[in-house]
Amino acid sequence: MINSGDTAWVLMSAALVLLMTPALAFFYGGMVRRKNVLSVLMQCFIVMCVLSLHWVLIGYSLSFAPAKGFWGGLQWFGLNGVGLEPYADYAGTIPHQAFMIYQCMFAIITPALIIGAFAERMKFSSFLVFTLLWATLVYNPLCHWVWGVGGWLRNLGALDFAGGTVVHINAGIAALVTAIILGKRVNLDKNIPTPHNMPLVVLGTGLLWFGWFGFNAGSALAANGLAVNAFVVTNTAAAAAGLSWALIEWMRNGKPTIFGVCSGAVAGLVAITPAAGFVSVIPAIIIGLLVSVFCFAAVTIIKPKLGYDDSLDAFGVHCIGGIWGALATGLFASKLVNPAGSDGLFFGNPKQLLIQLTTVLVTIIYTLIVTLIIYKLVDLFMGVRVKKDEELIGLDLTQHHERAYTVLE
Amino acid sequence: MKLIIAIIQPSKLEEVKEELYKQEINLITVSEVLGHGRQKGITEVYRGAKESGNLLRKIRLEIAVNQNFVEPTIKAIVKGAKTGETGDGKIFVLDLEECVRIRTEERGSVAIG
Repeated sequence: MINSGDTAWVLMSAALVLLMTPALAFFYGGMVRRKNVLSVLMQCFIVMCVLSLHWVLIGYSLSFAPAKGFWGGLQWFGLNGVGLEPYADYAGTIPHQAFMIYQCMFAIITPALIIGAFAERMKFSSFLVFTLLWATLVYNPLCHWVWGVGGWLRNLGALDFAGGTVVHINAGIAALVTAIILGKRVNLDKNIPTPHNMPLVVLGTGLLWFGWFGFNAGSALAANGLAVNAFVVTNTAAAAAGLSWALIEWMRNGKPTIFGVCSGAVAGLVAITPAAGFVSVIPAIIIGLLVSVFCFAAVTIIKPKLGYDDSLDAFGVHCIGGIWGALATGLFASKLVNPAGSDGLFFGNPKQLLIQLTTVLVTIIYTLIVTLIIYKLVDLFMGVRVKKDEELIGLDLTQHHERAYTVLE
Repeated sequence: MKLIIAIIQPSKLEEVKEELYKQEINLITVSEVLGHGRQKGITEVYRGAKESGNLLRKIRLEIAVNQNFVEPTIKAIVKGAKTGETGDGKIFVLDLEECVRIRTEERGSVAIG
């Protein structure tokens, strides 16, 4: 039976999650040098175009059509059989297409997150091919395993409320792989690029925080108590993490920065994502406070030590934050919050932590290998990196024949 | 005393700076300017309308030096900025009448370095 309140909330949430991709575009766009800001905005926007089409044609079917194997079948090709009646295995009170379009927005933002790793040096045409292959061969199968009917990680009992594994660990690992094999940006050792427009970063963060209510609270797929729980813990974790990052900077560097608060807030949102439907508010504060410690260490200590150039810290924030969130779900999950979930370690069920760990490891290994293969294939046929002089001039002019800012009128 | 003004490609600034530092020339002023000489410019497209021959973004360097630093400065700029293509830029060398360090009110050659 279709419930109008649930349907309204899920449609609204789908719109909120869509907004996260332009939000991410501003978040990333402000961080790059001004000669590359349009290239980042363009990559994010073209992902909205390309993957929306991919999703309704084959992506949804590959991800969610019931099947036991590697991915879903093609029986839902072009939304064939995906109608306006509910499909009870996913959501019993909203039209099947509402669930489909809600999931579409997740399929868009996940590959967009990876952009942060190879920003300022990837060829646009190769980026398009890479993204399409990655969506098909990495996102769709993994989405099926964790959320699809017949998916083996779902049957194992893994808890991933809104996509900590499927979205954040997945994109974060792909980010690390591409950052490492693409190599550093030119002249990075001499001149560390500073963000060209911090207000854009702040605007992007604000819109991400706003959109994340759709991401997490919408994942209840109903306008009910569970959605409210997810909403409350999402806001709480983001707040705790933003504050925590600022305090760490204050202690270590003498001054807190707005960039730090933004990074922390996003890390907090990432970490609470898998846990939002299973934990209560005190664990959310702990998850938020600690995620900034882990991500701060990854971004400011581990990254320079290992020397990979993850331009905008897609790995450091999304993967590290995502792993912490997935494991924290195994620690703090409680049936008192969600009877359909499980108890975590601190509620007497250590086995859940093990299941969470398995899911994390499977994701890391699968994504790492397949992303590497896709990258090498695209590089072989098209070349992935722009030429050195194109990189120096900037991607806006060389890839798109446009520039963001004028000097005179 | 001479004032050296150089117009170079923005993408060459890092290399020019590096060459200057190698010659121990550290006191430079950098500004962003627009202009073009023989080079017509990179074509830009706005909603399908092609525009070329626009003014181009360039970097202008100003370096005040004593006589014995003139040649090293010129060589360093050329080494860092030269690609052999049109648009590499120009170097102008001007006589400099006076130089005052505001902090100490020193004048002339001692005030330059």
